[in-house]
This record gives sequence, C-alpha cells and structure tokens, in this order.
Amino acid sequence: MSRKAIINTVLAVAMVAIFMVSFAIGGGARVNTENPEERFGGTDDKATTAIQEIDPNYQPWFSHFFEPASGEVESGLFAMQAAIGGAVLGFAIGGYWGRRKGEKATSAGAAPAPSDAVPEPGA
Amino acid sequence: MHIAEGFLPVVHCVAWYAVSAPFVVHGARKVVQQAKEHPESRLLLAAAGAFTFVLSSIKLPSVTGSSSHPTGTGLGAVLFRPPVMAFLSTIVLIFQALLLAHGGITTLGANVFSMGIAGPWVGYWFWKLSSRLGWNRNVGVFLALAFADLSTYVVTSFQLAFAFPDPVSGILGSVVKFMSIFAISQIPLAIAEGLLGVLVFRLICDVARPELERLGVLTPAVAEAVAA
Repeated sequence: MSRKAIINTVLAVAMVAIFMVSFAIGGGARVNTENPEERFGGTDDKATTAIQEIDPNYQPWFSHFFEPASGEVESGLFAMQAAIGGAVLGFAIGGYWGRRKGEKATSAGAAPAPSDAVPEPGA
Repeated sequence: MHIAEGFLPVVHCVAWYAVSAPFVVHGARKVVQQAKEHPESRLLLAAAGAFTFVLSSIKLPSVTGSSSHPTGTGLGAVLFRPPVMAFLSTIVLIFQALLLAHGGITTLGANVFSMGIAGPWVGYWFWKLSSRLGWNRNVGVFLALAFADLSTYVVTSFQLAFAFPDPVSGILGSVVKFMSIFAISQIPLAIAEGLLGVLVFRLICDVARPELERLGVLTPAVAEAVAA
C-alpha cells in the first residue's frame, strides 16, 4: 500500500473507532430519566427539556408550519438531505477527478501540466 | 445546536436576526463574487455547501448517551474564508427549519450565528494559527473542522443561557447546564469530523490543486518545493 492509502485508511478506521467507543460508553449512561429505555436521544431535544426545567412557565410562541407526521417520515427527510448533499459532493469531486484524468492522459510524458490560469496573489 | 422553534423569547429572536443578517448578506455577495470571478471554483463551492448539507443531517451517538450532529462548516471556511459559510449555512438551516421541523424560523438568526458565523470563524482562526506556526496542513484542517464544530455548540449553550438564566445560579449556572448537554457530547463528534475533513481535504488537494492554489489555500507546488 502506498503511504497515501495507509494514511487514508488510518483516518477512516479512527473515525469508526470513535463511534464504536462512543456507542459502548454512551450505551451505559442513563441520561433520559423520564424514559430510561430510550438511549441516544437528540441533544437538541434535551436542551428543550432543560429550558422547561429552568423556566416551567415558558410557552413557545411559535410553531412549525409543517411537521413530519412520524419518526419514519422525519428520518426519511433527513436521509433525503444527506442524499442530496452526497450527490452534489460526489458530482463536484467527480468533475475535478475526471478533468485531472483527462489532463494526465493528454500530458503523459510531457512536463507537468501547467494550470490554465494566471495565478492571482491574495485571491 | 438547533434551538427549537419558538424557544427563544421575541427580543432574543429579533436581536440574533439583527446580528446575523449583515453577515449573511455579506456572505451572499461573496458567494456571487466568487462564482463570477472564479467560475472554475464553482464546483468546489458546491462541494463545500454539500459537505455541510450532508454532515448536518447525520445524527451520531456520543459518549454521553445522547446523539448529536456535526456541522461541516470548517471545510468551506478553510477553502473560501468564513463569510461564504454564513450564506451556505443559512440555506441548510432554512431547509431544516421548513422541511424537517428542525430548528425554526424564529430561532434562525441565533442558529445561523452559531453554525454559520461563529463556527466558521473559529475554525478559520485555528487554520490560520496552525499555518503561522508552520504545522502540517493536515493538522490545520483537523483543528479547523473540529473547532468549527465544537464552538458552534458552545455558542448555542451561551445563547440559551442568555435567554434562560437559572433562577438560582443565573446565566453562569445555565451555561454550565447547557454546556453539559451540548459540549461534552460534541467532543468525540468534533474529533471525528476533523478526521473526515482531513480525508476530504486530501482528496480535494489531489484533484483540484490548481483551484486551491488560486484560492490561496495551497501555495503553488514550485514555491513549496523551494521552501522545503
């Protein structure tokens, strides 16, 4: 394996390891006193609960125009968000990748391909 | 870091809108300017926005037994400077507020400030500090992404504490309370986001080196070879 591949693999493995450790440690924590069965609830919801503890009289003065009908619908919409982002990210990087491949093919054996633009200092 | 709809008093709602609005307008101008002056970096701009779009949709488990999501704003801050991220984050937050009932329109100003303004600037400062100290570029990217993420949640904790001071221990007591919810959960996530950022940044360096040199993110290869 090249040095590049080793570094990239180490980075990816370290990321997975962080979440495995988090999952193992966090699984033992009893954070939800109202509903101890529910683990790994969202921090955003916990903050809302904390607000109501600090100021029990506070009434939210505005509510959503649209609210996903169920947890399933909501997770589907979140997946859609990730999918849109992933597709655009892949398209963008793929575009540059294809260009670089083309450059390599045309300039094979020649001097390193000069970039097509004038360098702009401080851009 | 999404403050739920209606969960900031009206005065705070208006104040955070007022604070964030100029940054977002300036950021929108920068995005247009960037796309006009450097058409070849448009794809990269899309990539920076998409990175935030993906990361802010994924909720991950943390050591505290809560789940939270990364922000992904540090990458764009390093590539295009922070103003651009104020605008891109606003798009993400509006999308989530309207379609996912996550965050809200009344809390948009505050959420834009934490995720789109404070986070990217803190990340960018770490990137600059790291390069000034002559640290490895990968270390700089790691710090930028990790601290953009973490600082966003710290800012949210303060925003909530200002709005809801503890009746006994005051604002400081509330800061501790909200930090214990947000900040500790976020530490492992921020580290993971930093690692992912290094991975993506290396990939971008590989394929879009000329663009990064033009943006001033990388010094041209020749100069780098001489300096080494």
